Amino acid sequence: MSTRNVTLALGIALIVGIVALGMNEPDTSLLATDSSLSGTIEIDGSSTVFPITQAVAEEFRKVHPGVQVPVGVSGTGGGFKRFVVGETHISNASRSIKPIEIAAAEENGVEFIEIAVGFDGLSVIANPANDFLECLTTDELRAIWEPGSEVDRWSDVRDGLPDSKFRLYGPDTDSGTFDYFTESIVHLEDASRSDYSASSDDNVLIRGVSGDKDALGYFGYAFYSSSPDKLKLIAVDSGSGCIYPSPATINDGTYSPLSRPMFIYVNTAALEREEVVVFLNFYLDNATTLVEEVGYVSLPEAMYDDGRALVSSSFGSLN
Amino acid sequence: MTGFRASVESRRHARRWVRAEQKVVLVVLVLATLVSVLATVGIIYTLLKESYGFFQVVPVWDFITGTKWAPLFEPQAFGVLPLIAGTLLAAGLAGIVALTLGLGAAIYLSEYAPDRVRRIIKPVLEVLAGIPTVVYGFFALSFVTPLLQSFLPIPVIFNVLSAGIVMGLMIMPMVSTLSEDAMVAVPRELRDAAYALGATRFEVATKVVVPAALPGIVAAFILALSRAIGETLIVTIAAGATPNLTLNPLESIQTMTAYIVQVSLGETPQGTLVFKTIFAVGLLLFLMTLIMNIVGRWVVRRYTERY
Amino acid sequence: MEREQPPLGSARVTSPIAASVTRPRYSGPTPPAGSSSTRSAWRRWRDRFFFVLFFASVVIGILALAALVIDVMTDGLGSLDFSFINSYPSRHAEESGIRAALFGTIWITVGTAAFAIPIGVGTAIFLEEFAPDHWAVRLVQLNIANLAGVPSIIYGILGLALFVQAFALDRSVLAGSLTMTLLVLPIVIIVSQEAIKAVPGEFRDAAFALGANRWQVVKTVVLPQAIPGIMSGIILALSRAVGEAAPMLMISSLVFLTFIPSSPGDRFTVLPVQIFNWVSLPQPGFQAVASAGIIILLAVLLSLNSIAIWIRNRYQTRY
Repeated sequence: MSTRNVTLALGIALIVGIVALGMNEPDTSLLATDSSLSGTIEIDGSSTVFPITQAVAEEFRKVHPGVQVPVGVSGTGGGFKRFVVGETHISNASRSIKPIEIAAAEENGVEFIEIAVGFDGLSVIANPANDFLECLTTDELRAIWEPGSEVDRWSDVRDGLPDSKFRLYGPDTDSGTFDYFTESIVHLEDASRSDYSASSDDNVLIRGVSGDKDALGYFGYAFYSSSPDKLKLIAVDSGSGCIYPSPATINDGTYSPLSRPMFIYVNTAALEREEVVVFLNFYLDNATTLVEEVGYVSLPEAMYDDGRALVSSSFGSLN
Repeated sequence: MTGFRASVESRRHARRWVRAEQKVVLVVLVLATLVSVLATVGIIYTLLKESYGFFQVVPVWDFITGTKWAPLFEPQAFGVLPLIAGTLLAAGLAGIVALTLGLGAAIYLSEYAPDRVRRIIKPVLEVLAGIPTVVYGFFALSFVTPLLQSFLPIPVIFNVLSAGIVMGLMIMPMVSTLSEDAMVAVPRELRDAAYALGATRFEVATKVVVPAALPGIVAAFILALSRAIGETLIVTIAAGATPNLTLNPLESIQTMTAYIVQVSLGETPQGTLVFKTIFAVGLLLFLMTLIMNIVGRWVVRRYTERY
Repeated sequence: MEREQPPLGSARVTSPIAASVTRPRYSGPTPPAGSSSTRSAWRRWRDRFFFVLFFASVVIGILALAALVIDVMTDGLGSLDFSFINSYPSRHAEESGIRAALFGTIWITVGTAAFAIPIGVGTAIFLEEFAPDHWAVRLVQLNIANLAGVPSIIYGILGLALFVQAFALDRSVLAGSLTMTLLVLPIVIIVSQEAIKAVPGEFRDAAFALGANRWQVVKTVVLPQAIPGIMSGIILALSRAVGEAAPMLMISSLVFLTFIPSSPGDRFTVLPVQIFNWVSLPQPGFQAVASAGIIILLAVLLSLNSIAIWIRNRYQTRY
C-alpha cells in the first residue's frame, strides 16, 4: 500500500472514529442519572465565582445530563449587563448589584433574587522570590493603586524596602474583584491607576505574577490556593495588625477589609422552570463541599437555608 | 404530431427549457458573486458606522496621537499609539526573523539545492505555515519563553520577543515560497551568463538573481508583515495585555488584535463608548493591512521586469 | 546535470520547447575549478560559507518545527486516551476532555461548508465562465483578492456586529458558521477558479461545436473535470477554518460547556478556543491537557490535508 493510501485510510478512520464516539454519550457518574429534565440555563458573570458555579454545573450534569448549563466568564459587570436585559438566567457576582444595575433591571422588567454562596478573602499576592515584603497596610495599598499614582519602586512604598521597580497585576474593570478592591482600598468606585497588566482572566494573572519576581497583584483567594507554591501571600494591615487571609480569618471577618461575600443572582422568571429550581437546590445542597474544594470559604448552613427558602418562596406555579 | 415535425418540435421545446435553465442559473450565480461584494461592504460599513460614533466623542487627532490607552479605566484615555507600537514591535521582530530565515531558505532552495532535496524540504516548510496559531502561542509560552529566560534577563513571562520570534517562524514559509517563486522566474539566460563569466553560486544569487527578483521579494516581505500585523492568538497568549509605548522587546505590550479580543471577551454591551473602541481599533487595523496588501501587489506589478 | 550540446557543425537544431521539456528544473553547473589566485579562493570560500548559512536557514526552520512537535508530544501524549476524547471539560485537569470542542468543530465545519461551497463555487463559475470583461468584474476579482488578506479578527468583529447582534442570532453555531463562511469564502473562490481554469479550452470548444449553450458546457463538461480540484481546494479551505481561533473566540467567547450542540441555535466551542482556554490556566495539569488537545487538532488537520492531497493526486488528469 502506498503511503498516500495509508494516510487516506488513517484520515477516514479518524473521522469515522470521532463520529462513532459522538453517538456514545459518556457515562461518568456512579449516581443514578435522571434524564427526564431538560432545558438550558444560561449563566454568566464573575470570574471569581466562576470556579464554584463551574463545579456545580459539572456535578449537576452527571445527575441530570439532559440540562445544558453553559457558564460564561464575562466578569461581574459584564455578567450583570447581560442579566439585566434578560439574556442570562443566573449571574455570578463577586460584589453586590449596584443601584444603576438595579434600575436597568427594573427598566427591562427583570425581577431577581440574591443568594449568597460563599466568602472570599481578596488576596494580595507577590512572587515567591520576593523575600522582603510580608505585609502591607491599607494606606500603602491605596498609595500604590490609586488613580494617577506614580509609585513604581518598593522604596517609595515604605522606607527600608529595596530601591527596585515593581510591576502590578490585577483584574480589569469588568471584574467584581476590581470593583470591590477599589471600593475598599481606594474608597472610590472604579478608581484605580491604569498602567498595570489587567486581565479579566485570573489565571493569566497567576501566571503573570508567578513568572515575574517583581510582581504585585490581587485576586480571589481560591486562585491563590490553587497554586500556593507559585505565589506568595501578603498580609494586610487595616489598623489591627497584619492578617493573612485564611479560611479562619475570612470566616470570622478578621481579614478585613478584603473579606467579601459572593453571590448568585437569579432571574425570578427563570424560576418558573423546574430545571432551574432543581439546579438551585442542587447548588445550595452541595455548596459547602464544592466551595471548600474550590478554595473559598463556605457560609454557615443557616445562610444556605435562607437561600433555599428564598428559592421556594419565589417561584410561582411549580412546587 | 408525428415523425420529423414532432422531433423538431420536441427539440425546440427542449432548447427553450435549456435556455430558461441557463437564465435561472445565471441569476443564482450572480447572487452568489454578490456575496463577496456584500462581505466587503459589510466590513467597511460596520467598521465605519461604529467608528463614526466613536469619533464624535473622541477626536481623531487625540486617538491617533495620544500616548495613553486606557479605555476601561477612569479616567478614560483613548490614545492608540501604545497599541500601534506594540503591534509594530511584534510584527517588526517577526519580520526580521522571517526575512532572514525565509530569504536564506529561498536562496538555498532556488540556487543551491538539488531537486530531490528541494522536493522534500518545500512541503516540510509549508507545514510550518499550516500550524494553527493557537499552537504557536502555546509553543511561545511553554518553550520559547523559558528558553529565552535561561540566557536573557527577561523579567516578565509575557514579552514581545518570544511572541515575535514565534510569529516570524509562522510567516517564514510565506516569505520563502513567494521569494522563491520570484527567483525561479528569473530567466536562466541571466544565470548562464554569470556562470559563463566564472561567478560562484553565491555571486549569481546575490548579484544577479536577487536583484532581478527583488520586487517579488519585497512584495513577499510586505505581505508577510501584513499577516504578522493581523495576527491575534500568538500575541494574545504570549505578549501580554499591558498597553505600553515602548521599543523594548523584553517588556509586556498589547497589540491592537489582543486588545480587540480582550474587550470582546468581557461582554461590553452595544452602544457604549468602550464597545465602539473595538471598531475604531478594527478600522485602523483593517486600513493598515489593506494598504500593505495593495502596496505589496503594486510593487510586483510595477517593478517586475518582463524578460 | 550535464547539458547536452549539439555537436558542432551538426545540421540538426534542437527545438527550444523540446529542450525545456526534457530538462528538469534549472540547477546551475558547479563553479569552474579556476585559477589558484587568492581572490578566486576567497570567492570559493565565501560561496561555501554562504551555502552553509543559507542551508542553516532551512535547518533552523525545520528544527523549530521539530521542537514544536516534540514539545507538544512530550507534554500531551500522556494525557491522550479515549476518556480524553470522550469527556467534557472539567475543573479537574485529569477529568477534562475535548468532547464539547470536537463536536463544536464538526458542527461549525459542516455549517461553514454548507454555506461556503455553493456561494464560493457559484462565484468561481460565474467569474470564470460567464462574466464579461468589464471593469466591474475586474473590481469584483480584485475585491476577492483583498478579502483573502484581511486579518481573521476583522471577520470576528463583523460576525459579532452582524450575525450575533444585528441578526440576533446570539452566540450560536449558526452565527459561527456564517462568520467562518465569510472567512473562507475568498479561498474557496480562488481555488475553484484555479480548478476551472485548468480545464483545457478544447473540451469547451468541442461542446460548443455540438450546440451546447454556456451553462450546458459548464454543467456537463467543465464542472465534472474541475470537481476534484475544487473538492481538494475546499477541504484545504475548511482545514484553515478548523484551525482559526480568533473569530470563534469572539463569537463563542470563553464559556464552560458540558454538552455538545444539538441544533444550530446552541452555544458551542471549538478545538482552538478550548485549547486557548486551557493554555491560560496555570495549574500544571492543564498544560498537559492543552497539549493533548493540540495533538488532536493537528491530527484532524493532518487527516483533512491528506484527504485533500489524495483526491488531487488520484483524480488529477494530466492533459
